Amino acid sequence: MAVNDRLVTPKNKNGLQSADEMQLTKKDFPWWMVAIGVIIAATFWLIQVSPDFKDAFEIIRAGLGVTITTTICAYSIAVLIGLVVGLGRVSESVVWRNISTIYVEVIRGIPLLVLIFFIALVLIPGLTTALSALGSLLTDIGLEGIGAKLAAIENKSIPMNARAIISLAITYGAFSAEIFRAGIQSVSKGQMEAARSQGMSHWQAMRHVILPQAIRNVLPALGNDLISMLKDSSLVSILAVRDITQIARLYAGHSFRFAQAYSILCVLYLTLTLVLSLIVKLIERKMSNERK
Amino acid sequence: MNENNAPMIEVKNLSKSFGTLEAVHGISLKVFPKQVLVIIGPSGSGKSTLLRTMNWLEQPTEGEVFVDGISLWENQYRINDIRSNIGMVFQNFNLYGHLTVTENITLALRIVKKIKKEDAQRIAMQQLMKVGIADKADYYPSQLSGGQQQRVAIARALAMEPKVMLFDEPTSALDPEMIKEVLDVMQLLVKEGMTMVIVTHEMGFAKAAADEIIFMDMGKIVERAAPEVFFEHPACERTQQFLSQILKH
Ligand SMILES: Nc1ncnc2c1ncn2[C@@H]1O[C@H](COP(=O)(O)OP(=O)(O)OP(=O)(O)O)[C@@H](O)[C@H]1O
Ligand SMILES: [Mg+2]
Repeated sequence: MAVNDRLVTPKNKNGLQSADEMQLTKKDFPWWMVAIGVIIAATFWLIQVSPDFKDAFEIIRAGLGVTITTTICAYSIAVLIGLVVGLGRVSESVVWRNISTIYVEVIRGIPLLVLIFFIALVLIPGLTTALSALGSLLTDIGLEGIGAKLAAIENKSIPMNARAIISLAITYGAFSAEIFRAGIQSVSKGQMEAARSQGMSHWQAMRHVILPQAIRNVLPALGNDLISMLKDSSLVSILAVRDITQIARLYAGHSFRFAQAYSILCVLYLTLTLVLSLIVKLIERKMSNERK
Repeated sequence: MNENNAPMIEVKNLSKSFGTLEAVHGISLKVFPKQVLVIIGPSGSGKSTLLRTMNWLEQPTEGEVFVDGISLWENQYRINDIRSNIGMVFQNFNLYGHLTVTENITLALRIVKKIKKEDAQRIAMQQLMKVGIADKADYYPSQLSGGQQQRVAIARALAMEPKVMLFDEPTSALDPEMIKEVLDVMQLLVKEGMTMVIVTHEMGFAKAAADEIIFMDMGKIVERAAPEVFFEHPACERTQQFLSQILKH
């Protein structure tokens, strides 16, 4: 998950990736895709002909919804966090810059698995306790309206699914912040100067000149992050969230059909990531065609 | 020149340091309305730095800058407002890469000057006609030649109806055959009486267009004179040396 080295975009004078530069590498016939397609097809054929495989598949499939919604929700929040923190990283304010840097560095220095444990089992319970304590305090001083509402927040009232999403979002927020930062810095300084020289404020220049170009530059990197997030969402199974990984584990555990359960799990992830990367490629191609 | 007018730009005893390096040292100058000031000098002599203090892209370490009588130091809080009256053209054009030629011109009109879309587009078209590039209105900057890009950049600055235009080596990034088309546009502005400060190495243009020429070296003004005097009888040895170098090729 080396976020920094992922973003190596060639650029022209305006800091933009031109269509020709993107298509410099000669296209091979996608044999790899054919091979993966064969593996996927073979597995689905097995599911058709083997009752054991069919049984495993029917059960594990039930987790697809959780895997996909967890990924999409966590990713959307992560991109928002990333945008805000990424802007913070290049902000003119020392305070914002430092807060953003601390966040990014802390998250990047801790393994994802450990972060999930910490956020879901320490940070969120800590916050709920603090909130309900604040609620009691407010009730005591007479603000019963919000007081009662806050006091009613309990640790239990936040389901594991939500905690999983928050954990992934906070973690990936730091990664996408780095992507946005690199994207903003990939836009040449002259763009900001030109905008400022015309009388735009720093924020107007950011919003109308820098960000549109930065986001275009980082779209591939953001797409890759979505794919990573989909795979890393398997880690939330340790919170007993019933995604495909968790269900496969449970199924394998009591049926002892390890081979069936885990081959199907692999193929499910492979299918999902393949579909996602095709979508990402399609969007990239569309963007580069628009610039012609 | 009408020296009794108030100066459009006045720089007083201005210095700018980057860390320990003093890029500009104790410079004072005035540019009166409709006057063209050309700044020349070797690389690293502080020309860009001086020019960029005139719209506060560079904040001086010492001294004062007045634009149309307004002290930039004292009016930093409304610097955006002030900048919208100062056009700037850069060596690398700096057109907004994600926007078409028209959008490049209308963006600041719309968000800085709050002009309606249709009006902004009309203004853009007028300016594009003036710089002779109206047929490229819907192109992206990357589809234009350097000369065309620079003319769009000039149109973009002019559309804001600036009181003064600053040029930082506007032809230095251009292939030789494109230099003329940009200089022609600038010459047109001179004729129209635009107040301009121009950093350039184009001596022919300087001779023809300038009311005054300033020669800078090591952050200081070495010599200032009207173009005829400057080119025919430069007083300082450093100027003579520079001119003989640059005019050789
Ligand atoms: N942002 C900066 N940080 C540090 N040093 C700078 C910065 N901008 C300029 N300088 C230094 O200040 C000095 C003057 O630079 P300036 O760009 O004003 O020169 P110039 O006369 O415009 O040169 P050129 O003809 O190469 O454009 C140079 O030594 C340069 O390295
Ligand atoms: Mg310069």
